[in-house]
Amino acid sequence: MNLRILRVLLRKEYLQIYRDKLMLRQMLLMPFIQLFLLSSAATFEVKTARVFLVDRDHSATSRGLVDRLHASGRFAVVGASASMDPADDALLTRDAGMILGIPAEFERDIVRTRAGSVQLVFNAEDGALAGVTNSYAQQILAAYGRELGATLRPVVTEAPHIEIRTRGWYNQELDYKDYMIPGILVQLLTLVGTLLTAMNIVREKELGTLDQLNVTPLPRSSFIAAKLIPLWSIALAELAAGLAVARWVFGVPVAGSVPLVFLAACIYLLVALGIGLLISTMVDTQQQAMFVSFFLILVYLLMSGLFTPVRSMPEWAQMLAELNPVKHFIGIMRSVLLKGAGLTDIVRPLAILTITGTIALAFAVRQYAKTSA
Amino acid sequence: MVNAPVVNAPVVNAPAIEVTSLTRRFGDFTAVDSISFEVAAGEVFGFLGANGAGKTTAIKMLIGLLAPTSGAARVAGHDVVKDADSVRRRIGYMSQRFSLYEDLTVLENIALYGGIYGLHDAEIRRRSSAMLQSLGLVDDLVGRLPLGWKQKLAFSVALLHEPAVVFLDEPTGGVDPITRRQFWELIYAAAARGTTVFVTTHYMDEAEYCDRISIMVDGRIATIGTPAELKNKWNVPSIDDLFVRLARPA
Amino acid sequence: MTTTLGAFIVKELRHILRDRQTLTILLLMPLIQVILFGFALRSDVRNVRLVIVDPFPDYATAALSSRFGAASRFRIVAVTPTMRGVEPLFQQGKADIAVVFEPGFGSRLGSGEPARVLLAVDASDPNTGTTMLFYARAVFASYEAELGSERGRPVRIVPATRMRFNPTLESVNLFIPGLIALVLTLVSALMTAISLSREKERGTLEILLVSPLRPWQIIVGKVVPYLGLAFANVLTALVAAWLVFHVPFRGSVTLLLAESLLYSMVSLALGVLVASLTGSQRVAMLVALLATMLPSSLLSGMVFPIASMPTVLQVISNIVPARWFIIIARGIMLKGVGLEYLWRETLVLAGMTMLLMAVAVRSFKPRVG
Repeated sequence: MNLRILRVLLRKEYLQIYRDKLMLRQMLLMPFIQLFLLSSAATFEVKTARVFLVDRDHSATSRGLVDRLHASGRFAVVGASASMDPADDALLTRDAGMILGIPAEFERDIVRTRAGSVQLVFNAEDGALAGVTNSYAQQILAAYGRELGATLRPVVTEAPHIEIRTRGWYNQELDYKDYMIPGILVQLLTLVGTLLTAMNIVREKELGTLDQLNVTPLPRSSFIAAKLIPLWSIALAELAAGLAVARWVFGVPVAGSVPLVFLAACIYLLVALGIGLLISTMVDTQQQAMFVSFFLILVYLLMSGLFTPVRSMPEWAQMLAELNPVKHFIGIMRSVLLKGAGLTDIVRPLAILTITGTIALAFAVRQYAKTSA
Repeated sequence: MVNAPVVNAPVVNAPAIEVTSLTRRFGDFTAVDSISFEVAAGEVFGFLGANGAGKTTAIKMLIGLLAPTSGAARVAGHDVVKDADSVRRRIGYMSQRFSLYEDLTVLENIALYGGIYGLHDAEIRRRSSAMLQSLGLVDDLVGRLPLGWKQKLAFSVALLHEPAVVFLDEPTGGVDPITRRQFWELIYAAAARGTTVFVTTHYMDEAEYCDRISIMVDGRIATIGTPAELKNKWNVPSIDDLFVRLARPA
Repeated sequence: MTTTLGAFIVKELRHILRDRQTLTILLLMPLIQVILFGFALRSDVRNVRLVIVDPFPDYATAALSSRFGAASRFRIVAVTPTMRGVEPLFQQGKADIAVVFEPGFGSRLGSGEPARVLLAVDASDPNTGTTMLFYARAVFASYEAELGSERGRPVRIVPATRMRFNPTLESVNLFIPGLIALVLTLVSALMTAISLSREKERGTLEILLVSPLRPWQIIVGKVVPYLGLAFANVLTALVAAWLVFHVPFRGSVTLLLAESLLYSMVSLALGVLVASLTGSQRVAMLVALLATMLPSSLLSGMVFPIASMPTVLQVISNIVPARWFIIIARGIMLKGVGLEYLWRETLVLAGMTMLLMAVAVRSFKPRVG
């Protein structure tokens, strides 16, 4: 590779990027907008569930249960009636997310049999929300049961008792933001690496400047290097900016080594850039480049465990996910940033990334040389 | 005039462009149908034809952007398929569409192409200031120049590395008559320095400025010769009449 | 004039049909997404990998270990006497939860003293972490219940839980309405914005503007083919969802299609607006992505519940058309309700359409010079 030519080409690329103010502004803003939006919007945490109460018991015990729900701060009673019909309607109009039905003789059953039943009906239209609300409600019911057990009939002999302490490692406050942000950074790198690379090269195709370059003795390798290096460096700069924002604006803990994160990112970007280059060989217009990139990135991200855990997927999907570089990079980012994993802990995904990166890039370069000759 | 095949002649006298049975098919459609011709070194050769006659396809094969289906072509002494890189080093190309970078300045464009052809920094500086002076340009973003200036600049950049052959694909499309005249002065100046000029155009008055012309019809070369020879041969008052007659045989 | 418009629509259709690559992607996209969402994306927690730290094994820890081993959700990956080696397993992502028994667990339990156990969970994904803890607690609770006598035991309040409208919490049922919104946004807003701005960039729009076509006709001509494409996509997604995943259609399909049409119009108007405000394809694309795709996927309630968002975003989500469409689509598909419950949302969408159309047509006036 001719270094002098590379220098000349790199100068051209950086000048063009620098002159494209809109793109530049977009790239600077992207980490902030994405981090802000995704980290605050992408959560399943339930703040307050709206409860419609159908209390047919009207006893001290049933009122106690409602009080406990209230006191938890997670439930607010928005309506009450003696029959289920208005309650059902409240679910249909989305005025309530949950119905708490307390049968008549609830208190009597508890006193007599030490067991009572209630009815919980959720609007499962929003499945995640319903599931989480359900587990909160069950916890409160269990706690109230223990409380009642103690007051109702004093403990005579010590019953076997297991005291469970729990600890959430790596994310003590169970903050969803901490979990999402490493993934968002990966998404950012993928967008810059794949979408911008494809668009950048196809734009020259569309403008006709690519043909102009192709009639010169410019070596393909220099051209490709000059296209990829600037985007590679921009992606790394985005990562640095994103990490800084995450650390100091959103207060995400950085448990592991930052250089290790960058090492993994450098390798991961080979894949992302390679795919971008490959897309540019398949399409003729920026519109197509955008669609193909968008489509691929979407599939990659959905299958990467960014939003739903890979281990919940069916076998075949898990096997496919093993081939997905995004999955491995997200895994590395989460291990290093949240768990403080070291180089030895991430050797396997790192090796997979290196292999896929080399293959993807080599294939893309070959394909590029083929189509442009 | 070089009409006989030059087999044993020394390289210096070899034709600048030598095309033998060059063919390009796209599926069932034959865009260029076994064309053969030669262009002598230092000639201004007009490559005419109606839209869709196959001109652009032929040029793309000559400059190595498109592989021929069959046949051969040598440009500046090198085979366009086997020795594409040597061909690229010795040719310049200016496409129908303006294809310098509009978001770079004049000097930045010159520095880019100078660098690609391996010119030294000092040489690039010297040639660019000479170019700015002779064109009467100031260094500004290329996108802000009027079309006529852009075309002249693109031509000058195509000549920057002093190629043996320069290919101009409809270089004067959409510019005013005065600029067109100035442009042809630039073409003559280049030819006078020994550069072979291969030019396509839609303006028949421009065809008369060429040393020799060919007219392509449906992928074949219908006729080839000097403008005077052709007018004689077909007994027409102008190339314009000849073009209409060949391109629309009725 | 109608024939002129017809000819123009035909031209637009040709453009779309000629670009096979984009067309293929546009037609395949909803299908592949439905399949991905339906098969691969599940948020339930299964196959929890467990490490047992048992310094002095006894009857109780053995019983509990075998209960965990028998529980279908758990898989024991290691049993060790010390905490050493547990952390690396977590860091390498080979274990999710550790059950740490204190020495003398069994004898304390036998003597009635509180026997202590620590559950350490990988909470980097808080949802999964909480859920895993929930499952582990259940194992302990059932063991405790078996050991314990009636006396002093807590009162059991048994909840009879019913998940209305989606009893199995199938995620595909929830995603399909959102997916339809996303596809409609993509085709209607993004494609329209790009296609219009491309004509602007190439100067072909000027030719159209000086033709006898009126601005609104140009817009209609541009928009109708995409509307058709969007509709084809909705149908593909619905049929795939119905055939492959048996997603319920409790309400009126006609109403759903009509509402999809309404939502398409909002998106198309947005697309036209973006195109008329921007100069080049690339800018149009970026703006359209930021102004339509991002909010439609994040602030619409498609994946993440709006109720969980910070107040600012909840307020902003009100101006995101996809939010209203998703309420409507879920209402029709899952709850089987009709306009009597959805008229408010429909009115919001209709209002948005009128407002955006008016602004778009106004800003699309031919500007000469």
